[in-house]
Amino acid sequence: MTNIPFPSPPADSAEVIALRAEFRAFLDQQLGHRTPRQRSDNWYGFSREFSLAMGQAGYLGMTWPKQYGGHERTAFERYVVVEESLAYGAPVGAHWIADRQSGPSIIKFGTEEQRETILPRIAKGELAFGIGMSEPDSGSDLAATRTKAVRDGDLYRVTGTKVWTSFAHEADYVILFCRTSGTPADRHQGTSQLLVDLKNTPGLTIKPIIDLAGQHHFNEMHFEDAAVPAKNLLGAEGDGWNQVMSELAFERSGPERFLSSIELMYQLIAMLQGKDSDAAQITLGRLTAQLAVLRRLSRSVAAMLQDKQDAGLQAAIVKDVGAVWEQVLPDVARTLVDAEADPLTQKAYAGVLANIVHNAPSWSLRGGTREILRGIIARGLGTR
Amino acid sequence: MLAEMIERLLDRHLDEAAQARARNGEWLPELWAEVEEMGLPLALLSEEQGGFGLSFAEAGEALRLLGRHAMPLPVAETMAANQLLANAGLALAEGAAGLARGDHLTVTQGTLKGTLERVAWGENLDCLALAVGDTLYRVPRSGWSLAEAGTALNFHPRPALAIDWTINASAPLPYCPLAAGATVRAFQIAGALEACLDLTLEHTATRVQFGKPLQKNQVVQHELAKLAGELACTTAAADLAGEALARRDLRGVAAGSLRAREAAGNGAAIATQMHGAIGFTREHRLHLFTTSLWTWRDEFGGQVMWAKLLGQAALEAGEAGYWPMVTSL
Repeated sequence: MTNIPFPSPPADSAEVIALRAEFRAFLDQQLGHRTPRQRSDNWYGFSREFSLAMGQAGYLGMTWPKQYGGHERTAFERYVVVEESLAYGAPVGAHWIADRQSGPSIIKFGTEEQRETILPRIAKGELAFGIGMSEPDSGSDLAATRTKAVRDGDLYRVTGTKVWTSFAHEADYVILFCRTSGTPADRHQGTSQLLVDLKNTPGLTIKPIIDLAGQHHFNEMHFEDAAVPAKNLLGAEGDGWNQVMSELAFERSGPERFLSSIELMYQLIAMLQGKDSDAAQITLGRLTAQLAVLRRLSRSVAAMLQDKQDAGLQAAIVKDVGAVWEQVLPDVARTLVDAEADPLTQKAYAGVLANIVHNAPSWSLRGGTREILRGIIARGLGTR
Repeated sequence: MLAEMIERLLDRHLDEAAQARARNGEWLPELWAEVEEMGLPLALLSEEQGGFGLSFAEAGEALRLLGRHAMPLPVAETMAANQLLANAGLALAEGAAGLARGDHLTVTQGTLKGTLERVAWGENLDCLALAVGDTLYRVPRSGWSLAEAGTALNFHPRPALAIDWTINASAPLPYCPLAAGATVRAFQIAGALEACLDLTLEHTATRVQFGKPLQKNQVVQHELAKLAGELACTTAAADLAGEALARRDLRGVAAGSLRAREAAGNGAAIATQMHGAIGFTREHRLHLFTTSLWTWRDEFGGQVMWAKLLGQAALEAGEAGYWPMVTSL
């Protein structure tokens, strides 16, 4: 039998129920003034102020050891905070990547010094991270990475170019995936990860890449003989491939993989209030059923993470199915409401629809393309 | 444990010939006798009710297995009907049982009358757990006659029954029979999709075209990945419906049931396409599952009924209440 197991998530504990209510109140208090259009930026909104408030209230680094500024709470408690943030359209960009993947990677592979200097600051909401994986000639084919780091005494000298780094112009660090020996022909061998300080690395220049919505999230990071302290090596030299796969598993595991367009669902419901047809009810019913099931699968992944199981395959399934849901939403909305989207208006429906239509194509590209994910799932089924 | 017993029973007693007989509308008394011998009709009852006291996971596994083997008898319905009858304090079925709602039926001078459409194996049942309004009736076999023959897409009988019965067994309705039926169907759909995925993996591993097994083609691998996704969603959907039924939450049943109904069509389509023409024949086992999926996805309230129920709830919740509603499902 080849079914890929998704364990039933446990019922919400009293702590989880209390936390959800407490966190909803926190969001209302911090962000209650924001417009639907602002909320629809979802996880690509960036606010240092909000991330600091999250840190101060104890909502970052939730599952990490207390000695590193964490709160030793369960994977489910973190899940509640993450999903409620997304459902509220909170501007999580200044802590998102650090809390989700960079911090856990540092816990798993970092030196004691790296843990002690970086993790408490992430947990306080002070440090924003970007992702340093893709390159102009190495996107889905990550093993073709060319960016080279050559050891030079207490330094690595880094040369190469990384692209699609969200918030590199605002963030403090990236974990750079690079080659410390050999050539791209060596594939997985000879790769490593370095912690790069974006504000203090001579030889690093950051240039914007403007997306089709006219927004500046992406950047190109160009390293020209850039000096990175050797003590910033993350994990073991040459072990970069395993580490980056582990980082991607953290990246793919969360509910952001189906909640990106949730604000459009709210605005669609608002538009249909009082003039709902059979078609509207049926469509909303089906979308809600799909969403409820995605959420359950995502909570299964949280259950696996809580039990320290490898959930990479399950996470790939949730992301693959979830991206379809969040991407199809604007098209479904268009079957129920005639409205022209407008990217510059503050009107709720037209503005939110525009933001979602513009951004939806990226959701099956980020964090592993649909094609890569389906390859991972197929391998999990034993086909290759 | 129970799962192993069911597997053994079906390996021994459910072969292609038995499936063919059922497809001709023939009741399989010897298989039913084995089902009763095992105590399966009481499997969903608590121990105090005389059942197995199964855990939620064990009950789900048993129901999925019925789908995984395309069980050609109304075992799942009987399990759910007995659970409903027991919860209402009515006598259990003495054979196979059906589940139905009949709000259009009339009660006059202590007699229940009217036509009940498309009851699975209606002529072979011992009794019906039949809801009319807020009342549950336990209608015995003597309470109905055949009104009109009917056939499901998997060729099992779905007759219309003419009910004419002097009421002597009724109780307040504990929960809707359609919700109970929709929930067991969701588990059966999950089981049938497991079978579809297994058969499709096997076929695409062994079938060689252009000098290589089909599943060495990336386009085939991606279809298999989609099928695995539909299966994952359905397994979760059935569990969601099962938990919701236990707390008598119709919206949760709607959510789980709807997603399973949708996956039945999506999954059957992928499995058939990946099999090529052989999947379109009765020579290959796949049709047992695809025709059952197409049958089950439309039963116990259709997609429209359940989608409207959940869609209305979404509209009532409104812009601000929608997310809290989703987290309550």
